[in-house]
Amino acid sequence: MTPTPTTNRAPAAPAGTATPDRAQPSHTGWRRPRRVSLGNAATPYLFLLVPLALLAVFTYVPVANMFWYSVTSWNGLSPTKEYVGADNYVEIFTRPELFRVFWVSLYYVGASFFQLAAALYFATILSFNVRFRNLFKGILFFPYLINGVAIGMIFLYFFTPGGTLDTALGLIGADGISRQWLGDPDTVNFSLAGTSVWRYMGLNFVLFLGAIQSIPHHLYEAAQIDGANRWHQFRYIILPGIRPIIGLSFILAISGSLAVFEIPYIMLQGANGSETFVIQTVNMAFKFHKIGLASAMAVVLLVIILLITWLQRRIVPDEKVNLS
Amino acid sequence: MTGTSPLLPRTAPPNRAATPPTSPAVARVLTVLKYLSLVGASVVMILPLVVIVLASFKTSDEYSSTGPFDPPGSWLNFDNYATAFNDGDMLRGFVNTTIILVISLAGTVLIGSMAAYALDRFDFRLRKVVIGLFLLATLVPGVTTQVATFQIVNDLGLFNTRWSAIALFLGTDILSIYIFLQFLRGISRELDESAAIEGAGPLTIYFRIILPLMKPAIATVVIVKGIAIYNEFYIPFLYMPSRDLGVISTSLFRFKGPFGAQWEVISAGVMLVIIPTLIAFLALQRFIYNGFTAGSSK
Repeated sequence: MTPTPTTNRAPAAPAGTATPDRAQPSHTGWRRPRRVSLGNAATPYLFLLVPLALLAVFTYVPVANMFWYSVTSWNGLSPTKEYVGADNYVEIFTRPELFRVFWVSLYYVGASFFQLAAALYFATILSFNVRFRNLFKGILFFPYLINGVAIGMIFLYFFTPGGTLDTALGLIGADGISRQWLGDPDTVNFSLAGTSVWRYMGLNFVLFLGAIQSIPHHLYEAAQIDGANRWHQFRYIILPGIRPIIGLSFILAISGSLAVFEIPYIMLQGANGSETFVIQTVNMAFKFHKIGLASAMAVVLLVIILLITWLQRRIVPDEKVNLS
Repeated sequence: MTGTSPLLPRTAPPNRAATPPTSPAVARVLTVLKYLSLVGASVVMILPLVVIVLASFKTSDEYSSTGPFDPPGSWLNFDNYATAFNDGDMLRGFVNTTIILVISLAGTVLIGSMAAYALDRFDFRLRKVVIGLFLLATLVPGVTTQVATFQIVNDLGLFNTRWSAIALFLGTDILSIYIFLQFLRGISRELDESAAIEGAGPLTIYFRIILPLMKPAIATVVIVKGIAIYNEFYIPFLYMPSRDLGVISTSLFRFKGPFGAQWEVISAGVMLVIIPTLIAFLALQRFIYNGFTAGSSK
């Protein structure tokens, strides 16, 4: 459920990071710290021409269009788009079946708590001396690199009646709890959220581990001299030291949970009560050709995710995530 | 953050140093628990993959008569792999994925590094505005805008061509601009400034000095972005429905129809997709870890 930082977008970076510090490095000798001017004033714009054109065409124009479509009843084909005002939005909030799918996200939100806790636990113990450390690290991380469709297939087989899970339960004598893991609407979302944890835990784990390892070593030594045990070290050195990345992962996990698409779509096409808001939006647009309504749904999701990001900025104001 | 308390692990890491609070017996129990948890988690991570490996070597009869954990009769039965590769269009998937991967990666490196060069090494009036535009775009989750992006791709005549995926991989990638920008900021200006004094133009400086200096950042971008493109499902699924344009994700996805319950063939297809990832991971482990740490925290 954690949106991978590789899904074409940078994660919400703390506000300060992209604006380079304009303080000039102190040059040696008498030379005044000033920038050598290159070419003419148009040069930077020429370098930015392609990136900006792509940014406009594939991000800003679609967002603007989305807002526009959302107040029309366009079907995606007809040459005219009829203005309908706020009708689409009213429909979203008054047709309970459209909004209800948001509840499915709660399974993934819940799972992401577990996911982050497990990632933090394994990152902590593997940051100390452990035998086969690299092997464990690799095993915990590798699932994150696997193709989403392959993961979907692996877990269809895993949950299939008489498949991996049922057989494993049989081996430990717990076959009594076997059921239609993906067929029963009561369990399907637990199964899928579990799959999601399997897939994404490794990323959180590696990020936490990297952050823990960047904590200066002398802090542990000083603490040990003061008689701190591992728990104290975790509580008073590690936890505060990696707070920013925990906060960031948390927000990304929540906004990712609202935008779940791949796993339930690949495995079940949203059947058996596994439909998420994004699957519903995609179906509305490309299956039922209701571009207007689908756009309004996308706008609602965008606004919710922007709200969550804004909240994060408020809660964790100026903390930079600095791992290097 | 206020919500951290539920995240604390129940079992504290064992105390190896001889500090007073924990007795040796307790420490030993904690060590055992630690390794148990690691082994347990490893089993959970590996088991779903192992059964796929086993199934991929079984014949159809064998598959239906044995359990998921039973080893195959022959470990050299590659029939399912051949079926997946040929009948399952995996070969075409690999060709298409490779084409898209190579063009998109080359483009991403060029575009991202050019943008970073312009933004870091030049002072110009709209610099802050441009940075703001890139920043703002990172807030828009790509998945929400597909409804409208589709119309644009369609209007540009890219629908059902490989260029749709390439254009979207290039056009919505702000992460690599960040990685390049971050890296370039750490490189001293001395080299490019002295080249400028000697009369080199901006293009020469970019190609002769900046681009070679950015090799480590390029490696990061190629790894992070390469894995993302290799694994991408949504974009090719939505924009390249034609069978001839199947990439590995969509080709494997189409296994669900014709091979319905032939899990031994599907397993072989899954393995074909995972093996290149596994090889890349084993060969580039350190770079991959660093790449993801750098890519997501900046």
